[in-house]
Amino acid sequence: MDIGILSQFVLNGLVLGVVYAMVAVGFTLFFGVLDVIKFSHGDVLMAGAFVALATFAGLQLAGIESPLLTILLITLAATASMGVLGALLARFLILPLKSAPPLNTLLATLMFGLALREAVRLFYPAGSNPKPFPRLLPTDAYSIGNFTLRLDSVIIVVTGLAAIVALHLVISRTRLGLAIRAVAQDAETARVMGIDFRWVVLLTFAIGSALAALAGVANGLYYNEINFSMGLLLGVIGFSAAVVGGLGSILGAIIGGFLFAALQTIGAVWFAVPAYKDVFAFAVVIMIMAWKPTGLLAERSAERV
Amino acid sequence: MPARSATLDRLIALGALIAFAVFVGLFLELEEQWEIAALAVIAVAAFYVAGRSGLAARIESVSAAHPRLSPLAVMVAVLLVALALYESHFALLMLATVMLFVVACLGLTVQFGYAGIVNFAGAALFGVGGYTTAVLAAHTGAPHLLILLFGGVMAAVIGSILILPILRTRGHYAALVTIAFALLFRTFLEVNDTLGGPQGLKVPGLEILGWSFNERIELDEDREISFFLSYVVVALLLAGFAWLLVKRLERSWLGLSLDAVRLDETAASVFGIDVARWKIFAFTLGNFLAGLAGGVYAMMLGYIAPTSFTFADSLILVSIVLLGGSGNPLGVIPAALLVVVLPEKLQVIQEYRFLLFAVLVILILRYRPDGLLPRRPRRYFPGDGE
Repeated sequence: MDIGILSQFVLNGLVLGVVYAMVAVGFTLFFGVLDVIKFSHGDVLMAGAFVALATFAGLQLAGIESPLLTILLITLAATASMGVLGALLARFLILPLKSAPPLNTLLATLMFGLALREAVRLFYPAGSNPKPFPRLLPTDAYSIGNFTLRLDSVIIVVTGLAAIVALHLVISRTRLGLAIRAVAQDAETARVMGIDFRWVVLLTFAIGSALAALAGVANGLYYNEINFSMGLLLGVIGFSAAVVGGLGSILGAIIGGFLFAALQTIGAVWFAVPAYKDVFAFAVVIMIMAWKPTGLLAERSAERV
Repeated sequence: MPARSATLDRLIALGALIAFAVFVGLFLELEEQWEIAALAVIAVAAFYVAGRSGLAARIESVSAAHPRLSPLAVMVAVLLVALALYESHFALLMLATVMLFVVACLGLTVQFGYAGIVNFAGAALFGVGGYTTAVLAAHTGAPHLLILLFGGVMAAVIGSILILPILRTRGHYAALVTIAFALLFRTFLEVNDTLGGPQGLKVPGLEILGWSFNERIELDEDREISFFLSYVVVALLLAGFAWLLVKRLERSWLGLSLDAVRLDETAASVFGIDVARWKIFAFTLGNFLAGLAGGVYAMMLGYIAPTSFTFADSLILVSIVLLGGSGNPLGVIPAALLVVVLPEKLQVIQEYRFLLFAVLVILILRYRPDGLLPRRPRRYFPGDGE
């Protein structure tokens, strides 16, 4: 295969990988602090993208033309609103179910995702149709042979990685991060040490959901189209990435995200029918689970007897 | 005087059964929206009152004291309801669908309620049964009963691909394995042209000993029995078989071992229970039941497509099990009735049904996390606690 086309595949894989990694980081954060899986994460991403779209329409009406300002404002609106939604979700659905079996939480959040999806389909104007997402990023392209480097892909990859690195710094360097890590390690002891458990949980959910909204905006900007049902698959892929990497580890989530994107890309190149790429990727995920039952970067835990 | 109160209890149980049958019949047959809404309200109220006044417990103890008679009585009641509705295709189709879902959910009950294995690919394995039946019935001349059986076996065999990863993983990691499989299966069906792709396959109707199920049975000039009635009978027999199997399993030492595995794997293995063996047993048996139900479902509809076996459908199956009360086969029946029939009947809310359904499940999980009919502690002797 031509090296140019190959690098094109690699670049597309990188963009996908960064989006997946952002979703996976959310899963890993929630699992870290509360040992829960918030399955509505993909739909939060979708809702974030729709908030961005609605904000864009509002800005058009208000007559704001500058793409830079627009992009900043729609991203801000999406991340802020989803951050609030994430905190509310934690407060009213996840914390009350804390003592229930983990499967109940999983199912409750799945159902919340379904409700969110249906709400967008029913109440967003013509919500059941795919919506064009504005092309706001500069699309300057540099071509070398068959390889085309589009500026918007580069911006998305860099922004996504920057967001993840920033999150990592928050968690490893700040007092808030210290509190999050303390709660993740031992909620009981953290409380005794004077950490406001509920506050930490709400903040963690806000941060994770805001990151998902950012991923949603990035996804919309890249594909220039969003629809109400895009969240389910993205959520499951993000979850797979987090689990394959090892739940609770941010590095694992990043590795998992890029690995899943790589698997899809390989699948698309390998099979004559590109639609088999998801079949291939999920089959490999199942095999990895059989080989490394707690993910590639194993969760540090011994069985308590 | 225990004897008299036992007789009274029996009468109460019989009355409850008749009330239930009338309710199911009306629920399936009525079409006016306000009537259905009123019925739903009455059902909720009756359920609440029965639970509060201790009636439900008395009915349950009667049914526990007659483990053979009570399922038979329920089957006769369902049959009578089906006969009363002999002309309406839609009501009978719903009734048969509910029973097939009950069979599949009994399979999930063995997996999740007894052995503690979460299966988010229930609809996919249901689909394996359906597709196997479709292909075999269209291309071979094998007797249909054998084909249905093979559909169940095929679901168990394909499910066994997942056994190794499921045995090695726990909790959320195990959930991912089945979720990945459910997504993989649907995508596979959609892109696979031999299996009809997104358009799906046609399935010939069921034929047993030369009796074709899809033929019309005419009573006289202008009345005929809906052919769905025959499928209701088959589904009822299948449900009866699955019920008997699952209840027997629960009461036997097999069920005891499965409970031990679910409650504490470490302790179970210390007591010499082979955890892997029981998980394989429960998982395979559950998939077999799901596949069996899927085969009959495919033949009944006469047409199957990947859209019937999505991840969302698997979620519906899991919701039925959790709503009913995980591990209690009895809870599966009202839950399946609610989840399958209510959205179809309430056309006013047709557009909003998934939204309402999601909210309903969230509310139940939040305020009644053990489900409608929580599982009772195991009773080691019949009549214990009376």
